Amino acid sequence: MSDAEIVKDFLVESYENLDRLDRDLVELEKNPQDRNALAGVFRTIHTIKGTCGFLGFPKLEKVAHVGENLLSRLRDGHLLLNPEITTALLGMVDAVRQMLKEIETTGADGEIDYAELRDKLTRLQEPAAQAAKTNAPATKIQRAGTPDSIAQASKPQATDVEIQPETNRSRSEGDEPSEKSAESGAARAAETEGQKNQPASAGSASASESTVRVHVGLLDKVMTLVGELVLARNQVLQYTGRVQDPGFLAASQRLNLITTELQEGIMKTRMQPIGNIWGQFPRTVRDVALGCGKQVKIEMEGKETELDKTIIEAIKDPLTHLVRNSVDHGIELPEDRVKKGKEPIGRLILRAFHEGGQVNIEISDDGAGLNFDRIRKKAVERGVITSDQALKMSEREIFNLIFLPGFSTAEKVTNVSGRGVGMDVVKTNVERIGGSVGVQSTAGQGTTVKVKIPLTLAIIPALVVTCAGERYAIPQLSLLELVRLEGDKAIKGVELVHGAPVYRLRGRLLPLVFLDRELGVAADANGGTANNGVVNIVVLQADERQFGLVVDQINDTEEIVVKPLRKQLKSIRTFAGSSIMGDGKVALILDVLGLAQRANVVSQSRERTASEKTAETAHQATEKQAFLLFAGPGDSRMAIPLSTLARLEEFPVAHVEMSGSRWVTQYRGQILPLIRLDVVMEERRARLRALQSAPPNPDAGPVQVLVLNHEGRSFGLVVEQILDIVEDRAAVKSAATRDSVLYSVVIGERVTELLDVPSILRKAEADAKGIAAGGGGVN
Amino acid sequence: MAQTSQFCTFYLDKLLFGVELKGVQEVIRSLEMTRLPLAPAVVRGLMNLRGQIVTAVDLRRRLNLAAAAPGAIVMNVVVRSEDGAVSLLVDEIGDVVEVEESSFEAPPETLRGSVRTMILGVHKLNDRLMHVLDIEKACQMTDVAEAASFGRSH
Repeated sequence: MSDAEIVKDFLVESYENLDRLDRDLVELEKNPQDRNALAGVFRTIHTIKGTCGFLGFPKLEKVAHVGENLLSRLRDGHLLLNPEITTALLGMVDAVRQMLKEIETTGADGEIDYAELRDKLTRLQEPAAQAAKTNAPATKIQRAGTPDSIAQASKPQATDVEIQPETNRSRSEGDEPSEKSAESGAARAAETEGQKNQPASAGSASASESTVRVHVGLLDKVMTLVGELVLARNQVLQYTGRVQDPGFLAASQRLNLITTELQEGIMKTRMQPIGNIWGQFPRTVRDVALGCGKQVKIEMEGKETELDKTIIEAIKDPLTHLVRNSVDHGIELPEDRVKKGKEPIGRLILRAFHEGGQVNIEISDDGAGLNFDRIRKKAVERGVITSDQALKMSEREIFNLIFLPGFSTAEKVTNVSGRGVGMDVVKTNVERIGGSVGVQSTAGQGTTVKVKIPLTLAIIPALVVTCAGERYAIPQLSLLELVRLEGDKAIKGVELVHGAPVYRLRGRLLPLVFLDRELGVAADANGGTANNGVVNIVVLQADERQFGLVVDQINDTEEIVVKPLRKQLKSIRTFAGSSIMGDGKVALILDVLGLAQRANVVSQSRERTASEKTAETAHQATEKQAFLLFAGPGDSRMAIPLSTLARLEEFPVAHVEMSGSRWVTQYRGQILPLIRLDVVMEERRARLRALQSAPPNPDAGPVQVLVLNHEGRSFGLVVEQILDIVEDRAAVKSAATRDSVLYSVVIGERVTELLDVPSILRKAEADAKGIAAGGGGVN
Repeated sequence: MAQTSQFCTFYLDKLLFGVELKGVQEVIRSLEMTRLPLAPAVVRGLMNLRGQIVTAVDLRRRLNLAAAAPGAIVMNVVVRSEDGAVSLLVDEIGDVVEVEESSFEAPPETLRGSVRTMILGVHKLNDRLMHVLDIEKACQMTDVAEAASFGRSH
């Protein structure tokens, strides 16, 4: 083994060790008394130190050495881990990582000597800073003597073990009882670690026997070759239809089986548990939480869920961003949480599981949730949507606005997030690998971001179709069904909704997209339907919407090897990549989501899947509101939410008295001010004056009054006639056309004005004062 | 000894171009091409070069030269770009020439527009000028929007 190789191995091993250190230190901070964990951390840093001393990286060794000293103090119980020490140790891990990078690129451990960090680490070894805080370790310090002697005692220990980094046994002079327990703890930790990685019992020997380190480049090359083999197999299989030779058929069948198995096998070698990237999140969460003064506990479910290596790499950054976001924006400050009756420590839950050939990753926090109104307001301010659109949009649609570029509702920009870049990048990155992102949120209870991604990208089953003489592959994942219309049906099946072609699929309208027109490759402007009287519809699903893609011909399903397009061409969202077909020609792979977006299917279609429909009905049920309908002045149809109504009353005109210019009545032992809606809504000033002081017409029927409570006061609203109480979703809204009206809604299929009760009260009050003042002036 | 470098030369609309030889993967006759709809017009399509998918760039269009006569024979100069192999479609392949640094000259100020970014300069050969193409720039798949005067002035 050459020196270069040894260094390379050292680097690989050390990077892994550092990743583990990050995790262990954060774990240890939560539970500082955990001697096993502490011993584990100590051994890891010791191994790094030992090896770099051996390989001749003095600066690296120095930094590792002071870190180790500090750790040995901790391990021996002279110090107790606190956030300051943890931060310093994590700083050391970062410094070591940086030096390793330096070694990787330049071969030396760099120019920076990290004097400041070393000073800090040395300073923290002084127990004085801590003695006041912790009593138990202080007694131990007394037993062990002065800090200096301890520092000296720990040094020879370290040098002793350097040659045999894995064993701590050689140091034994003057062991305290605590030393022994730490040692046996270390042994135990080593054991459990061994068991975790492989069933074999002891140490490193078994590790090297059952696993082999393989360079990713080699693995990728083998993967490419398997991809080529799959193509060659497909080519061979094309011949089996024509050749009758039984020997050839048997051989090709075997080839088929073996290729499939080989492909599965090699795919497995590329699979990695998602825990590999989650491992760094406790550290990320800790750093971010510490930075903004929050307390966050991270929980993980489904760490072992496996994903293709390329996908793991592709989702690492988006996931990190989402995690940071949750801590920075989602989870509130401890005092705010307590005020809201929550635990001061926020929870961040990462969940991963397989479902329907996809991997679902959920990032949930129990923080404040997304602010529906703020997002809506911001979106209107930014001109992303118009205020009309904003009123019509569902909660889900509003929440998904956060994925638009440049959209941030953070009130202040922090160094972590709030710059308005991020969520759109997350979405782009996830969609680039064929995944999707969605967000769910409940105000005050938290936010869940759901990421769905395919298991693998390298080889996928796809449906091959022909359009305008070229073949296109459609990933099977988004394929729902195939519909073939022949003869009469082909002519009548495709109907038009104001020019937009649709097809009635089991009673529901399926929007149709003509591939040739969408791609601009149509032979003639009308192309598509007139294809020998046959219409081939591929029913696809994109972003939970369905649409039918009309193609010239449906060929077959095939396993295809995905080859990415050039970066510059990735802006063409319609294609997910390219692939080489059995005959050696290149075919393009359609990006169903991109195509749907291009064809406006995703934003316009009303077609929903069954599951979504039920979810929505449930949602609607909660949203459905009861309204009181009544006739307002001038026969207008008005409503107020039933929840604002206290009672409905009817008073005979004789019971209505005048108090100044105001109408009042005695109601349940109180004087109830009556507000006449016809007065409040009157816009003509001349009539208003006459109306305002007019007493009730004694000939009219009883006065219809809605008794309302507002801000602790009761008042009656005089209306023309009470019509009905209805339950409605009031989904269709439009902006108000006059004062005192919130907006117009469709209730019971008729346009109804929804009253703005507080505004009416204010107006009535102002009018009453105006009259009093005006009257005073005249008299 | 004067610094020399080798160039793979080719012709486009009777002009002589050269790309540095070390950036050239291979030179091949035309392969079957798959159209890439919705792509910029300079992208002629995708080709399968022994399992490697190569994007073909219409260099005439990229350089704002007149389109080739329909049915004309096209050659591929496959170059290595940062983002994988790209095939530059050219009219005819020339020799590999070795030139001295001293014969190089930056393009004249009068050469304007986006074409200028692609042409690093010219080497003054004995009988003619060889335009030195920047491989990365030439491989960029955007249409040259403005009609630069290049080509017509010759």
